[in-house]
Amino acid sequence: MSLPPYARDLQLTLCHTCGQACAEDVHHCPRCNSVVHRRKPESLARTWAFLLASLIFYIPANLLPVMYTDMFGNGSENTIMSGVIEFWESGSWDIALLIFIASIAVPCLKFLVLGTLLITCQLRSRWAMRERSKLYRLIEVIGYWSMLDVLVVALIAALVQFRSLSSIEPRLGILFFGLVVVLTMLAAMSFDPRLIWDAEVEDA
Amino acid sequence: MPDHPRSTPTPSSPEVRSRRFNVSLVWLVPIVAALVGLSMVVHKAMSVGPQIVVTFLTAEGLEANKTQVKYKNVVIGKVTSIALNDDRAHINATIELDQSAAAFTKRDTRFWVVRPRIGAGGVSGVDTLLSGAFIGADPGEAKDTEDNFVGLENPPAITYGQKGKRFTLHTADLGSLDIGSAVYYRRIQVGQVVSYQLAKDGKGVDIDIFVNAPNDQYVRKDSRFWNASGVDVSLGANGLKVNTQSVASILAGGVAFIEPNYSVDKSLADERAEFTLFDDLETALARPDGEGHYVQMRFDQSLRGLTVNSPVEFLGVNVGRVVSVDLDYDAKAETFPTVIGAVIYPNRLGKAHDKLALMGDDDEVKGARLMEQMVKHGLRAQARSANLLTGQLYISMNFVPNAKPVDFDQTKRPMLIPTVPGSLDKAQEQLQAFVDKLSKIPIDQIADNLNGSLGQLNKTLANVNGQVLPEMRDTLVQTRKTLATANDSFAEDSPQRQQLGQAMDEVQRTARSVRVLTDFLGRHPEALIRGRLKDGKPDAYQPTSSTSREIDQE
Repeated sequence: MSLPPYARDLQLTLCHTCGQACAEDVHHCPRCNSVVHRRKPESLARTWAFLLASLIFYIPANLLPVMYTDMFGNGSENTIMSGVIEFWESGSWDIALLIFIASIAVPCLKFLVLGTLLITCQLRSRWAMRERSKLYRLIEVIGYWSMLDVLVVALIAALVQFRSLSSIEPRLGILFFGLVVVLTMLAAMSFDPRLIWDAEVEDA
Repeated sequence: MPDHPRSTPTPSSPEVRSRRFNVSLVWLVPIVAALVGLSMVVHKAMSVGPQIVVTFLTAEGLEANKTQVKYKNVVIGKVTSIALNDDRAHINATIELDQSAAAFTKRDTRFWVVRPRIGAGGVSGVDTLLSGAFIGADPGEAKDTEDNFVGLENPPAITYGQKGKRFTLHTADLGSLDIGSAVYYRRIQVGQVVSYQLAKDGKGVDIDIFVNAPNDQYVRKDSRFWNASGVDVSLGANGLKVNTQSVASILAGGVAFIEPNYSVDKSLADERAEFTLFDDLETALARPDGEGHYVQMRFDQSLRGLTVNSPVEFLGVNVGRVVSVDLDYDAKAETFPTVIGAVIYPNRLGKAHDKLALMGDDDEVKGARLMEQMVKHGLRAQARSANLLTGQLYISMNFVPNAKPVDFDQTKRPMLIPTVPGSLDKAQEQLQAFVDKLSKIPIDQIADNLNGSLGQLNKTLANVNGQVLPEMRDTLVQTRKTLATANDSFAEDSPQRQQLGQAMDEVQRTARSVRVLTDFLGRHPEALIRGRLKDGKPDAYQPTSSTSREIDQE
């Protein structure tokens, strides 16, 4: 089976935004005037950089408390994990599970997937290319949902303010967690899934 | 398949955009992230404080990673873990202190769990009802540090840096005092009881008190402390007495102190000075009693009302107290005498004792000799009634005049002081004798005689009534008649009266005649011899006509 020629073979470049096939030597899409690249520029390096930065921020995001709860003078600071454990131990396993998935499982999944994609792309591996691109689409979709935690804290902190009776304040950890989410999203955005398939070409 | 013109790449010069650095700028992001993380790690490492382990009896109210350590309500650390001690009698709370709280690792730092407490002295730790317990800390002053501490079960009464002085009081028993009981000076609270423990020999209690500055300057070397707990109601020989310090001290107990009026040593008491805690103000202010001497007395009478602690007085001065009241059996006389044991403090005699002591060394033998002298002079012990209402007795030692001489064995120990019956007993005896005499009077006979006499009298009176009275009446009638007659005689128109008037006239005339005669004779004394002459004849004498005429006219 003969494969269709690559854009590169035809000296064409696809516009990222509107999908217009432009000549290879133009820098701006003649239709929508956005910058045109053959591949996303420095995709691997940028993804690596964002991924590493988010990994670094992920440590304080988990170690530092994200929320300070003051109930009748009984103040306590909770990290993400301690909150999960507290909910789990108090019997609300469903909420514990929700927080665990949104705050711990998803970011970790992202790190793993992005790391795998980056490494396999750099090695030009031809292993499970279709599945890898599916994974990439998955993390692009679930990336937004990782902000759940940040939203919850922001909402509660704004709502629960009863002076001395009880109050909830955000703590530094949630900032780092938000940064982690943003950075992983950036990493996912800067990754070009077409790199997965480039391995085919080189080998061909 | 789209039909694209297959054009070879144009050899025109492509726009080559090169960067000055090969490394992408995007790498700044992880570098910044790493720097931020690193700075946080460094900050954390810098701010991490010492870790200590505090042992408590129970972990009630403590929670790992939650319970805070506070000093002056500032959080200085957190309990990171709680575990059972190896001996299983205690728990170990591992505490992570803040960097700034390094002073709390001094060896004499104290830790205690703050829980809500409600006591007579007040309510504390109410905020912990809602927030849960926390660990209170009080920094020490020691130089060396320590990692393992034994936590206090009760909050310390005084905290670090509190100015004042600590004193130790010795007492026989704790009474109603407790840690936190107030210390009063002139009924103002100036301190509190900090701790107490049994004396080393177990024969008393040592109470530590803390008097706050600046009131600690009122604790002098000779200040007297007494137990001001509760209401002091004493029913003694002097009557009912109620004494109390304040309502709080009634509930929680208290200690009061004051310097005696005859204070000699006015210098300030030293830190940790030791004092005696007296039972009440009176004993506290009394002069030191010195050594007591045990003496005995035998009474042959009932001593109901004499109790242990009844006073012993010498010439009205309280010199001691009764310590025992026991019955004895005298086989010879077959009686039950009462033996009184008493302790006498010679010091209470004041100046008298000083002077007596000067007479000889204050030896027991000397004292016994002195006592012998006094007994020879009539010193006797007597049980006297102190209070007729309560019937309380006290022992009075007095010089009894004309006391029967007794043998006094001055070598006997304890000294036996001779006694005489009490004053009330004496009065009773005299009354008894009087009553005996009274009963010997033959009242029956006297009554019989009196009865006879009264009968006679009755008869006499009847006689008088029957005979004497009628006669008496007759006499009276006669008398009245006589008087009427007399009355008639003196009436205006009675013949007797007229006769009397005539008689009186006659007398008048007679008297005039006599006067005429005497006048005549006065003028003519010769008439007595010659008789009356005719006018102007024999006699040359010319009577004054007037005179004669007057006489004639009369």
